[in-house]
Formats: sequence, structure tokens, C-alpha cells
Amino acid sequence: MTEQPQQPPASIDDLETGDLYRLRLFVTGATPNSTRAISNLKELCETHLANKYELEIVDVYQQPLIAISEQLIALPMLVKLSPLPQRRLIGDMSDTGKVLRGLGLPAM
Amino acid sequence: MAKESKKNKKAADYPQIAKTPTGITGLDEITGGGIPTGRPTLICGEAGCGKTLVSLEFIVRGAIEFNEPGVFMAFEEKAEELAMNVGSLGFNLEQLQKDKKLKIDYVHIDRSEIEETGEYDLDGLFIRLGYAIDTIGAKRVVLDTIENLFAGLSNQGILRAELRRLFQWLKEKGVTAIITGERGEGPSLTRQGLEEYVSDCVILLDHRVINQISTRRLRIVKYRGSVHGTNEYPFLIDEDGISVLPVTSLRLEKEVSSERVSSGIPSLDKMLGGKGFFKGGSVLVSGTAGTGKTSIAACFANEICNQKQRCLYFAFEESPRQIIRNMHSISMDLQKHVDNGLLQFMASRPTLHGLEQHLVAMHKLIKRFKPQAVVLDPITNLITVGSVSEVKAMLIRLIDFLQEEQITVMFTALTLNTVVTEQTDEGVSSLVDAWILVRDIEFNGERNRGMYIMKSRGMKHSNQVREFIITDRGIDLVEVYLGPDGVLTGSAREAQKLQEQTGEVLRSHAISVKDREVLRKRKVLEAKIAGLQSEFESAEEELNKIYIEEELVKKVAEGNRQEMLKLRRGDQGGNDRKVKSNENKRI
Repeated sequence: MTEQPQQPPASIDDLETGDLYRLRLFVTGATPNSTRAISNLKELCETHLANKYELEIVDVYQQPLIAISEQLIALPMLVKLSPLPQRRLIGDMSDTGKVLRGLGLPAM
Repeated sequence: MAKESKKNKKAADYPQIAKTPTGITGLDEITGGGIPTGRPTLICGEAGCGKTLVSLEFIVRGAIEFNEPGVFMAFEEKAEELAMNVGSLGFNLEQLQKDKKLKIDYVHIDRSEIEETGEYDLDGLFIRLGYAIDTIGAKRVVLDTIENLFAGLSNQGILRAELRRLFQWLKEKGVTAIITGERGEGPSLTRQGLEEYVSDCVILLDHRVINQISTRRLRIVKYRGSVHGTNEYPFLIDEDGISVLPVTSLRLEKEVSSERVSSGIPSLDKMLGGKGFFKGGSVLVSGTAGTGKTSIAACFANEICNQKQRCLYFAFEESPRQIIRNMHSISMDLQKHVDNGLLQFMASRPTLHGLEQHLVAMHKLIKRFKPQAVVLDPITNLITVGSVSEVKAMLIRLIDFLQEEQITVMFTALTLNTVVTEQTDEGVSSLVDAWILVRDIEFNGERNRGMYIMKSRGMKHSNQVREFIITDRGIDLVEVYLGPDGVLTGSAREAQKLQEQTGEVLRSHAISVKDREVLRKRKVLEAKIAGLQSEFESAEEELNKIYIEEELVKKVAEGNRQEMLKLRRGDQGGNDRKVKSNENKRI
């Protein structure tokens, strides 16, 4: 389920590469919301951010401590780590317009 | 025994609701043991009325006193802020967290950082809470203030559904939870209608400012499946945490003592059946200004200390030094008792804090000092900080508490008019066990003090008015003079006494004169009796003389006749018998 990032996150190099989108999606196992969120997000990224994104999917059930450190309440939640500013998006990512706006991408 | 088992069976047949003690002073008494175990309880109220503190104290007391670890989920304040806020109450949250007795989880949620892109749920919250509960084995959970979620997330439909699921989940977890909520507008208890979800126990906190003095109050709006106190109870937040009052007044099941306590005035004791007040009783001394109420109270305190017992003196009017100086003038040395630690003064202006604060301050001092007697001088001044009914309610609670502790209490109260009022201003006269009234008696251009015992429950007491005098040597009671002109006191009584003494002398003189008169009369009478006696004797003698003479004459005549018969017997012998019979007939 979890796809670990290829590189250690949040290094200076990553920030410099302005057009690389580092995303982290927190989900809760295989709940309907989570699965929908994953498929919606993957689809969206492939469409708008092909080859310039890294998506990390974290199952909070497996790592409950992360819920505290990341201040997770509402799930699923997508965090845009870079480019800055950080943004947090919650929900099943079904509202594509909002997701794109949240990621700082031009609307379709 | 059969009855006993039947009773047990009955209790077993109808299981009672299990309760978790909060450890908050007074709250467990009101709720009859605490809040429902394994169920959520809602605490709602306006901002600043103490919701967070009540819930935090519930967690901390649970961890310290009942060995029930707790999770505090804070939606408003960070853990460090909370720790700082309650540090003044002596709660060391950091240590408790290290000991795994407490877990504080600060939930931060900010709408501006979050974009909602569709359906979501609050699983993150569930996971955090579940993790926190499981790691320390928590039995208690607080969600303070969960309504903040409504500010951070906009989809109300999801939130409501999720909250319902959350409370259900908490019940399944078997944790005793407190959920706090802001007071809503209008009739709803909380802004978001949380009371719809949490329906087992709802406690409402309130914070009111009346006459510039603020009072916090607590009321149990509902408690499913349990009896509970339904009143509004004042509560306080001080350095020991929260205290809900009254502590003890739900029932009237106090111990009573028939032991007596001297009032310190022997003649007053005599009026009270010779022994004084009941131990653990309450005594009210009321009177107009300057009638010596404080002197009576000080006298009582002095006597308690003389018995090597402790006395606590709450002065609301004078400073301790002032009282000690003033009592020196009637040769009462209170300073030595203060030095010995038997007497403690607690002087404060009533306006220093609200009534409840006063009550709690008293509670605490009494608990610490453990006195045998308490003096409140005067209670009238408390009126400045509360209404009559509030003062009365406060005094009821104080009396309850003191009776529980078997402490004798003396109140002094100022009455404002010279007419004997059947009620004191505080309306406490019906509460107290003994009521002594000191009253001015204005007569003949001077004022004197009269003392009455208006009531004294459970003992024989004098119905007489006594004159109450304060001398250099102390306080004393004198019987008033009841003359033909009415009750006389003071110099009028002295004058009357003098007048009586003069009368006494005159009367004793008059009596001696009369005595002599009687003596003389007797002498005259005796002389008369002697005269009559001799008169009678002479009359008797006279009568006797005649009688004897007749006797003699008769005797002599008889002799002569015999002589004649003898002489005649020679001539006419046959007739002598006849003649004799004739003679006999004639005589």
C-alpha cells in the first residue's frame, strides 16, 4: 500500500527543483474514501503533472504516531510538500477544480 | 436476615448505573458518586466559566487519586499552555505525562490551511484518540472543546455524522469521557447542539457577575438513570482546584452532641440551664450597634481558649489588633491565646471576595486549624456582597459544615432598629440553635443593655430579661429590677435599690414600735385576767360559804330531832314509826 519516496524528503535540492511536486497522501486503509482519493489523485497527477511528481501514500492505521505529529484529523488528506507553500487538502479528491487550485495548478 | 437478602436481591435485579468519581470537591456529592462510567458527559458553559479546568481536574484527579490514566485532547490550548495554566493549581502535567498517567494531545485545525475536496471522515481523530487510549490504558478521556472542529471544517453533515460515530465509539471503548462545549445562543446548551449526541449526563457551568462580584455556578441539567442535586451550586477555582459547594447539605443526617460549651459568662450559662451552649451548635448574638456583641463573642472565644481548645475568629469589621486592644479594656487577654496558638484571627473585609470565596476560605481555614469553636463577627456585613437569600444560603452551608465537624459557632448580627425584631436581617434566626438578643433599654435619660434568650433549642433556658453590664472586670449579667413602674435598669435600678434600703430601715423601726405595743397590750390583758380570776375566786368562796352553812344547819337540826325523838320514846311508843314517816316526808 505504502509507496516510499525514492529520496529522503525535504532536502534543499528538492526545493530548488521548482517544478517537482512532492505530495504525500494520508489514507486509512482501504476505506471507500481512501480508495477513491488514491484513484482520483493518481488520475489527476497523471493528467496534469506527468513525470514531475512524487506521491507518497501513508496508511495512518499502520503509523498512528504520524497522526499526532502531522496533526491529522480529517482523512484522507493530501499534503503538498513542495513547491512551497505547503498546502493541505482533505477529502476524496473528487472535486478536481479544488484539488488543482490547492496544488497551485491552473484550472483546466 | 431474610430481609437483608431480599434487599440485596433487589439491588442485584435492578443494576445501578456505574459512576466514576471525578475527585472534584463537592461534585461527586451532587452527582451521587460521579459521572457515568463508560459514557460521555457534556460540560457546557460560556467562555471563561471553567470548563477546561473542570475537565482537566477530572483527568488529573483520576490519574493521581483513582489510578485511572486519562487522555486530554485539547482543541484550544497547546499542551504547554495547559501545563502552565494548571501549574498554579499544583498539577504537574509534565510529570504525569512522563509517568504515563496522562496524555495530552493538542489538535490543531485551521480552515485557512485546508482545502476540502470531497468526502472525508474524522478517522485521523479516531486513530489519535485510539492510540493515546491504548498506549496508557486510559479510562478517562476529555475532548476540550470539540466544537472547534466546526470552525475548522465546513461540511457540517459529515461532522455531525462523525461526532455521532465518535461518541458511539467512545462508549464501545468503555472510557468515561467529558466533552466540553461552548454555551449556545437561546435555549440550546451548546452552539452545535452537542447535547443531542451526549445525552447521559449534561452539566452546565455559568459565570455571573452580580454587584460587581462574580460567582461561578454549576448545575446538572440531566443525568440519565441517576438521582442528582438539581440546584445551581456555586463553585470556586482557587489554588487547590475546583470546589463545588455545598459540600454536605444534601441531607440532614448530622451527628449531635449533648456535651455543653460554656459561653464564658457564668451568669449567661446559668440562664442556659446552668451549662451553656450545646457543642456543635450554632449561636446567634444579635443586637443594635454598641450593645456589646463583639464583647460577648470575644468572651466566648476567650473561654474556649481557656479550656485549651482552639478557636477561629473571623472578623469582618475590626482588625485583630483592634479587637485585642478593645478586649483588654474589659480585662480579657486575647493576646496570650494568640501567642499560644489557640486563637486565630482571620480578618477580611467582606468585599474582598464573593460569598462563595468567603465560604471556601472559611472551609479551608477550618479544615487546617481544626478549631472547636468558630466566631463570625458580624455576619451582617456579608450582606454587602450578596443578597439576603444568598447570605442565608451561605450560612446554611457553613452551619451544615460546622455541625458535621462538631464545631460550635457563634455569629453576631447587627439589627438596625431598636424594636425587637422577630427576624434578623439575614433571616438566619430560624437556622441557629440558640439566639441571644442584646437590646438597648432607653429609660430615664440613659441607655442600658438588656439581654434576652430568644431561643435555645433542646435545653431549659431562662425567659427573663437580664441587664447586661460591661465592667472593667468583664461581662456580667444582673437581674433587672421589676418594680411597679416596669423594668428598671442601670442607675434607675440602683436608685430603686437605695430607695428600697431606706424603706427597709423605716419598716424595721416601725416593726419594733409595734412589737412594744403588743407587749404592753399583753401585759394589760394579763393584769385584767388576774383581776377577774380573783373576783371569781371570791364569788366562789361566797357561794361555798352559804352551802356549808346550810349543811351545818341541816346537820344540827337533824341532831336536835334525834334528840327529841329519844326524849319522846318513853311516853308514846306505838306512834313513833308513823311520826317518823311523816317527818321523812316533810323533809
